[in-house]
Amino acid sequence: MHRLRSALTTLGIIFGVCSVIAMLAIGEGASQEAQEAIARLGSTNLLIETVEPPEERADTGETQRMRSFGLTYKDAESIRNTLPDVEVVVPIREIDQEARYLRRKVAIKIVGTVPWYTEVSPIHVVHGRFLSSIDLHQQQSVCVVDEQLVSGLFGFEDPVGKDVRIQGNCYRVVGVAGAPPVGGKENDFDSAISAATGSDGGAAGSIYLPLSTSKSRFTELTASFSGGSQTIQRVQLQKITVKVKSTEHVLPMRDMLDTLLGHLHKDKKDYRIVVPLELLRQAKRTKLIFSIVLGSIATISLLVGGIGIMNIMLATVSERTREIGIRRALGAKKRDIIVQFLSETLLLTLVGGILGIVLGSLIPFLVTHFGHMRTVITGSSLVLAFGISAAVGITFGLYPAYRAANMDPIESLRHE
Amino acid sequence: MAIVAIENLCKVYQLGSLELFALRDLDLSIEQGEYVAIMGPSGSGKSTLLNVLGCLDRPTNGTYQLGGEDVSKLDDDELSKIRGSRIGFVFQSYNLIAQLNVIENIEVPMFYKGFSEHDSAERAKELAAMVGLGDRIKHRPSELSGGEQQRVAIARALANKPLIILADEPTGNLDSESGSEIMNILGDLHKRGTTLIVVTHDDHVATRTKRSVHLLDGRIERQEYNHKR
Repeated sequence: MHRLRSALTTLGIIFGVCSVIAMLAIGEGASQEAQEAIARLGSTNLLIETVEPPEERADTGETQRMRSFGLTYKDAESIRNTLPDVEVVVPIREIDQEARYLRRKVAIKIVGTVPWYTEVSPIHVVHGRFLSSIDLHQQQSVCVVDEQLVSGLFGFEDPVGKDVRIQGNCYRVVGVAGAPPVGGKENDFDSAISAATGSDGGAAGSIYLPLSTSKSRFTELTASFSGGSQTIQRVQLQKITVKVKSTEHVLPMRDMLDTLLGHLHKDKKDYRIVVPLELLRQAKRTKLIFSIVLGSIATISLLVGGIGIMNIMLATVSERTREIGIRRALGAKKRDIIVQFLSETLLLTLVGGILGIVLGSLIPFLVTHFGHMRTVITGSSLVLAFGISAAVGITFGLYPAYRAANMDPIESLRHE
Repeated sequence: MAIVAIENLCKVYQLGSLELFALRDLDLSIEQGEYVAIMGPSGSGKSTLLNVLGCLDRPTNGTYQLGGEDVSKLDDDELSKIRGSRIGFVFQSYNLIAQLNVIENIEVPMFYKGFSEHDSAERAKELAAMVGLGDRIKHRPSELSGGEQQRVAIARALANKPLIILADEPTGNLDSESGSEIMNILGDLHKRGTTLIVVTHDDHVATRTKRSVHLLDGRIERQEYNHKR
């Protein structure tokens, strides 16, 4: 068979197989990253967050307004006291501030919370200890510093035992916390999910204070300018994280929280509930749809390749009419002719399939290396691609082979 | 024993409402080891008779016994088998497969009969040597002269030890020298006992045979016996 023609014919298969593998690998990698990022938020967690409610009909002409909204200490207590199947309730207060040590200063986020914060967050103590119940009870001026702040604030010194100054007050460092997420580095999805849900799952640049201490030391008021007028906001808690006993309790808990908070806030829309478990399920559904769409596109290109092969094989059969007649005269049965041409077609598609697999494995590698996106080449995609190329070969090769076999030998011998 | 026994052979082509009799009530008998020429003008039914003899076509009526077996009503697969094992073809335009070399061409019938690779290669080499091409076995048809190609075709025809060799104008595309060579080879085959049937319009070819069967309008017009050799 002409080499150039064979090469061009297999191009369709090569491209089709290559795109099946590459696209499924990219899709699988993205999906895994997304699922891991969501999982880091905790599949048994429900994250309740304060949101600024939409503007109420207020008096115009006022240059100063104070708005009080969001989650309260009372909310956290109500949840703890009235709802069943709750493992922990973690109230969280966040304040943007500046921390100083000796001559260094760094912008940080104060996270005022309770000792069992570590149960709902991926962070863990790498040095020293976390906040304790005594700290909380006695409003101690202690803090736990995020791992990533250490070099900026303390250089090579050991932070534990040192005092950090925030707004003129000193806080003794009792521990360093780090957040190596489960199963890999933080990826693009973590930041996207953080942005989307407002949760940080252990953001960098935090200093953890006992909730009671943060309440007494820092005001709940923040000022912001918008539209030429100054607004003062009063927020008690930015977040409450509720952890339930098992994943079965998650959705019922969400409904209960909705009811309870709706009642406590008199239907004011100043909070939202984020359920990572649901996000996870959605991510899986999205991935499935994605894979189907990508896979379909790739399969269509394989079909197009197959039609191209059938076209070429029909032309080849036509060109070799005489040869077919000769073989038949020499004793070839119809099935011998079918086998002959079908195996030629199969050879084309299988070689194309293998080249496509090689190329298809190369592309995700390049994407990961230059695009810094995770890609996962699954064994099943290789099997799928190979199987499809074989199936395409047999399907689109059968008709030309059949035509070849059923040619009348006498007519064929007269041909050309 | 008659190796070819044809009785009341008819071949009719249906062209719409028109019936075309290519062969009409033909009786022909050929003994083992005979050297027969089939002659006649175009339209006389030579090609049709050749196709029937070669089991490439089935008669409409009548019987054709080859080697004592009635082959006139066999199905496609069975006819393919008969062609592969009992009949050897030699065509006017050689009909070698261009992508295969000499030895591979000779092996083709043996491949379809199921010979092992080793056995078919052995036998192919022998046959190539027998027709004088022992030193050219790796050449492609494009590298051979017409005469040499026809010699390969003859070797191929002998591959499966057929009952009859059917040659259709074997020297039609050859110059007189090569043509002579081919006729010599066929003559040798005849001397060794091979049954040869040659379709030709060339008297020079016909005189080398023992019997000439003349066809006209689908019937046998006359037969001539040649005792010159």
